[in-house]
Amino acid sequence: MSNQASTLFDKVWDAHVVRKIEDGPDVFFIDRHFIHEVTSPVAFLGLESRNIGVMYPERTFATADHNTPTINQHLPVQDPLSANQLKALETNSNKYGISHWGLGHAQNGIVHVVGPENGITLPGMTIVCGDSHTSTHGAFGAIAFGIGTSEVEMVLSSQCIMQPKPKKMRVNVNGKLGKAVTPKDVTLYIISKLTTAGATGYFVEYAGDVFENMSMEGRMTVCNMSIEMGARGGMIAPDHTTYAYINGRDQAPKGEKWDKALAYWKTLKTDEGAVFDKEYHFDAADIEPMITYGTNPGMGQGISRAIPTSDQVEGGKSTYDKSLNYMGFHENESMLGKKIDYVFIGSCTNGRIEDFRAFASIVKGRKKADNVTAWVVPGSHIVEAQIKEEGILDILHEAGFELRQPGCSACLAMNDDKIPAGKYAVSTSNRNFEGRQGPGARTLLASPLVAAAAAVTGVVTDPRELL
Amino acid sequence: MAYDKFTVLKSTAVPLPIENVDTDQIIPARFLKATKREGFGDNLFRDWCYNGDDTPKQDFVLNNPIYSGKILVGGHNFGSGSSREHAAWAIYDYGFRCVVSSFFADIFKGNSLNIGILPVQVSPEFLDKIFQTIEGDPHAEFEVNLAEQTITILATGENHSFDINGYKKHNMMNGFDDIDYLQAMKSEINQFELERLY
Repeated sequence: MSNQASTLFDKVWDAHVVRKIEDGPDVFFIDRHFIHEVTSPVAFLGLESRNIGVMYPERTFATADHNTPTINQHLPVQDPLSANQLKALETNSNKYGISHWGLGHAQNGIVHVVGPENGITLPGMTIVCGDSHTSTHGAFGAIAFGIGTSEVEMVLSSQCIMQPKPKKMRVNVNGKLGKAVTPKDVTLYIISKLTTAGATGYFVEYAGDVFENMSMEGRMTVCNMSIEMGARGGMIAPDHTTYAYINGRDQAPKGEKWDKALAYWKTLKTDEGAVFDKEYHFDAADIEPMITYGTNPGMGQGISRAIPTSDQVEGGKSTYDKSLNYMGFHENESMLGKKIDYVFIGSCTNGRIEDFRAFASIVKGRKKADNVTAWVVPGSHIVEAQIKEEGILDILHEAGFELRQPGCSACLAMNDDKIPAGKYAVSTSNRNFEGRQGPGARTLLASPLVAAAAAVTGVVTDPRELL
Repeated sequence: MAYDKFTVLKSTAVPLPIENVDTDQIIPARFLKATKREGFGDNLFRDWCYNGDDTPKQDFVLNNPIYSGKILVGGHNFGSGSSREHAAWAIYDYGFRCVVSSFFADIFKGNSLNIGILPVQVSPEFLDKIFQTIEGDPHAEFEVNLAEQTITILATGENHSFDINGYKKHNMMNGFDDIDYLQAMKSEINQFELERLY
């Protein structure tokens, strides 16, 4: 078996199986566990009721993000339920000796932004969090995926979960990306082709020169969205771009440990001839700037296209009609020129420095449209500092935008950043489900460039016209 | 957390013939602020159940007294989206013990098994038959037999088998959860941990 060609996924998975259960899941060891305030409190209650502790507290990292305000973070949190959750995260972390980056901490931010930027996320690791966008960390060649609260309790108490091994899929994208086509467009394109359930039961490896030429920020955007086509996670083989990103980060290995880690990372690639259960090939030249028109992330298309008719899409007509009805859209309508009320740039999908650079490249020298309310939310305090250092904040201010404080914000609208019912938001986040950004809110998922173009024109606009 | 053992469930069913029902519909994010696992059933399908002013939407199936039971029947790709276990808690707390669909999202399926809800995957054709049976008679009963791994339309005797791995099946039939299993193998995990690069 040892000389058989194997995939990157197999190599990392097999190295973490503590025990195989016959006719059951693998007992799967977790290297890094991230927790946040929303999906962890009940897991800690479970530990208490069973009278068991945290087995390896140094392998768990807490940050507050889902339920935090994005203005006035220095003041007490107004909503008592939110404040209670944040307090519970702090109390539980302190009780069990877990690192805690709460509201106001210099390294606080969205869990999937702060893990990589502080060097906690490394190639070849297994990483879980009670959040489906944990798939983000796969950009480093880690196996990373979201788990439920029962599993959070398992990881806290035993550093393992019970997980059947998923099937393997490879998605290849080769060629040259067109003007204004970003990693977000690449992932929205793939999801539109595979549909929202097309990769369920699989773990995805992204391969091809489009991903090889992508920055780590871009790779994180792509892996982040893997769950939106049903995949538990997605991963990209580590390379010199990965090593360069990690080198020197706060918690990254140093000295001898770095050399040892690097030698291991260089083995983390799919062998020639390794077999996948499913494989797709796409041509980069076919990808336009993308936008969604419906209520799941698979309902996306090139921005210049008309909304499809129900017989052009998979699935039943009644579900499709329900979706367009919710959005207030009709078949065959053009997306270009549709009036927008809100723009949200941020989230674990597009809340990194590169995303704000892209946004600024379009709003620079222009003005925010009067009909648009814009929420510009950095993924972390470190990103916020970069925005200031690089002069992006000045560009934003001159164009009429304000910068908010880090957090998940309007991506899931747990805090006050809710899009009002019936209003349209162009959002760089990851989900356009009914009510995701607030009850009745209508979400158009897109890249930071498309969001910027909408923010300055007040309507859905092709960013290629503004670059 | 302990849950009811699952052996044989005989019940009427509630039909929800919508595809891609995501966990944001099952329980919207604004109801995830609790620090205890209590009361999530009250907000199951909140925005499909209630208008913005909290008056019930009469046309939604959970507000129709004709339909009741411990089985929820959903369209293709049930439970997509967020990993929130709260979605499974809400379904359990509302009183359902089994969800039937032609396809389940991965994390939702795992969460359900972990808290004592049985996800039963059937063919699209059999799912249609179930929907038609309920449409014809809202009081039609179904039997879900975990030991046999079958679901039966009792009026006609038509049945369909479903998959579940032996380990999870044993757990559900006995009300066990994974933590007991993992606690019993801690020394093995300890040995494994010593070998980790990081």
